[in-house]
Amino acid sequence: MFEQKGIIVFVAWRELRFARGRFLLIGAVVALITLLVGFLSGLTGGLAAQNISSVLQLPGDRLVLQQPENSDPSFATSSLGEDTVTAWEHADGVESVTPVGIVQSRASSSGTDDPTGVALYGLPQDAPGTGSNSLFELTPDSDTEVGLSSGAADDLGVEVGDTISITGNDFTVAAIGEDLWYSHTPVLVMTPEAWSEASKLVGGTGEATVLAVTGDADWEAVGSETDTVAETPLASLTALEAFQSEIGSLGLMIAMLFGISALVVGAFFTVWTMQRAGDIAVLKALGATTGSLVRDSLGQALIVLAVGIGVGLAAVIGLGTLAGQALPFIISPLTTLAPAVVMAVLGLAGAAFALRSVTKADPLTALGSNR
Amino acid sequence: MIELQNVTLTFPDGENRITAIDDVTLRGDNGTVTGITGPSGSGKSSILAVAATLIRPDSGGVLISDGTDTIDAAQLSKHEATKLRRERIGIVFQQSNLLPALTAREQLQVMARLGGGTSRNKRAKIDARVDELLDAVGLTEHAGKRAHQLSGGQRQRVAIARGLVHEPEVLLVDEPTSALDQERGAEIMELIAGLTHERDTATLLVTHDLVHRDALDDLVTVIDGRITTPVAGQALTR
Repeated sequence: MFEQKGIIVFVAWRELRFARGRFLLIGAVVALITLLVGFLSGLTGGLAAQNISSVLQLPGDRLVLQQPENSDPSFATSSLGEDTVTAWEHADGVESVTPVGIVQSRASSSGTDDPTGVALYGLPQDAPGTGSNSLFELTPDSDTEVGLSSGAADDLGVEVGDTISITGNDFTVAAIGEDLWYSHTPVLVMTPEAWSEASKLVGGTGEATVLAVTGDADWEAVGSETDTVAETPLASLTALEAFQSEIGSLGLMIAMLFGISALVVGAFFTVWTMQRAGDIAVLKALGATTGSLVRDSLGQALIVLAVGIGVGLAAVIGLGTLAGQALPFIISPLTTLAPAVVMAVLGLAGAAFALRSVTKADPLTALGSNR
Repeated sequence: MIELQNVTLTFPDGENRITAIDDVTLRGDNGTVTGITGPSGSGKSSILAVAATLIRPDSGGVLISDGTDTIDAAQLSKHEATKLRRERIGIVFQQSNLLPALTAREQLQVMARLGGGTSRNKRAKIDARVDELLDAVGLTEHAGKRAHQLSGGQRQRVAIARGLVHEPEVLLVDEPTSALDQERGAEIMELIAGLTHERDTATLLVTHDLVHRDALDDLVTVIDGRITTPVAGQALTR
C-alpha cells in the first residue's frame, strides 16, 4: 500500500526496515511517553470525576457562590442567606433559582462504629430542569430519608431500606443511584430541611451553599448587588480547591510530557535527517522534488508515531482497566484518544523542525567526492 | 544531444570572483561517449554540474535535444530543472551514491517515484525496465542485495543502471572509475560505452584517468576552465 504513494514512504518505509533498531528505540520511547500521558490523563480524569461529578449535575446556566471580600469564591465556605436567594429570584431575566446545600460530613451504617466521609447535598424536590438528573433523582421524600450514590452505599455497606446515622440522627436509605462524588467523598442527598440541620451540627450555617440559576440575567450586576459571583458550571469548578490543585499539578505534568515528547521526537528526527542529508542531496540531484522528500520524511515520522502511540495506547487501556479496580481511573476518548492525537500532532511538529535539513540539502554536493 | 554553448561560470572568492568555466562550448552527440579530462580544479566537474542543471551558469546555454524538441536548460527554473533531471538526464556519481536502505532493484525503482505524483503507468514502465537493466549490467543475481552487500564495481553498475532506467537522452558520468582497480574500471567504462551506443544516449563522462580512454568516442581536455583541444567529433587524442 505504501508504494502507491510515489516516493512518499517508498524510501521512508525501507529506511524504517533497514534501521529498525533505531526506529524501534524511538518507537519505544514514544510508546512509553504515551503510556505515561495516558495514565496521567486517566488518573486526572478519575480524580476530577471524584471531585466534580456531582457539581456537574447541578442544573442551570450559572452557579452562584458567595463572593468573600478578601478571597476567591469557594464551595467550602460559601453561604447564601434567604435575602440573597430572594434577590436572585427577583432579578431581571432570572427564570428559576434552585438553592443547593453542600457540606462534608461523616456517616455510618446503624449498628457499626465505622464512619465514612460523605458529601451531604440538600436538594429540593421538583427543582426545574432536573427531570432525569442523576443527582436530583436521589432526593428523598421525607426528612428522615436519604438517597445514596452507589459509592456511598458501597462504602457504608448498605442497601435500600437500611438505616444510616449522620451527625447522630438516623436516616432510612430511600434510593441508591449513580456513582456521584464531591471533593473525593461520595454523595448523599437529603431534603433541604434535614440538610440544614445537619449542616449546623457540623459547624455550618445551614444556609444554601450554591444557587443553580437559569435565565439570561445581568450576572455581574446582580452578583455585585448580592456579594455573589455567578459562573458557568465549568468555570465554577475553580472554586473547588482540591480540584484546582490536583488538576493544576497533573495538567502541568501532562503538558510537560507533551513538550518532552515533541522535543524527543524532534531531536531524533533532526539527528536522523542530518545523517541522511547526503542521501537527500543525491535524491534531489536525481530529480526528487523537495515537496516529495518532505512528505517522505513526515510520512516516516507519522509511521513511527502511529506505531509508538498505538502500542502505548493499548498498554494504557490494558493497564488502565486493571488500575481502575483500585484507583480513580477513567478510560474514555478524552483520556486516551485526545492525548494520543495531541502526541501525534506535537510529534509531527517536532519532526517538522528537522525538515530544514531536507529543504536546504544542496543537490550539487552529490557530485564530485564531497560525500 | 547535449550542447554547452559559450558557457561561463564564476564563483565568489572574497571580494572577487574566480572563473570555473570560461566560455566553454562542448557538444555530446547521441550514441557517443564524450570524455572530459583535465587536472584537478580545472573545471571539468563544474562543466558536469552545469550540464546536470545543478548550477546555473553566469552566461551561455545548455541545449538538450531529443531530435525534435530543443530546450535551453540554463534558462529553466529550479522546479523545471528538477523535472528535467528526473525525466531527461541520467547522472552517475563518483561514489555511486546508492541509498543504503534500498536493494539494487529498489535503487532503480526509486527513479519512478522521484516526482511524488508520478503516474502509475510511468511507474509500471520504469519498473518493467528495471530487470532488463539489471540484466544488462550483469546484476540480476544481486538484485535483492543492499549497497553494503555489493562490491565497489557492482555498486557502480547499479548506479549506471539507475542513471539509465528512465531512458534519459543525456547521461552524465562523474569519475566512474576513481574508486575501482584498473580491471574493474575497464569493465565499467566498457559497460558505459556499450550502453551509450546501444541506447543512443549522449554521454558526457568526466575522468582524470586516461587509462580507459579507448572506451571514449570523443575527448576534450579542460585546463583553467577552458577547453584546450578541439571539440567537434574527432577530437579524441589517443
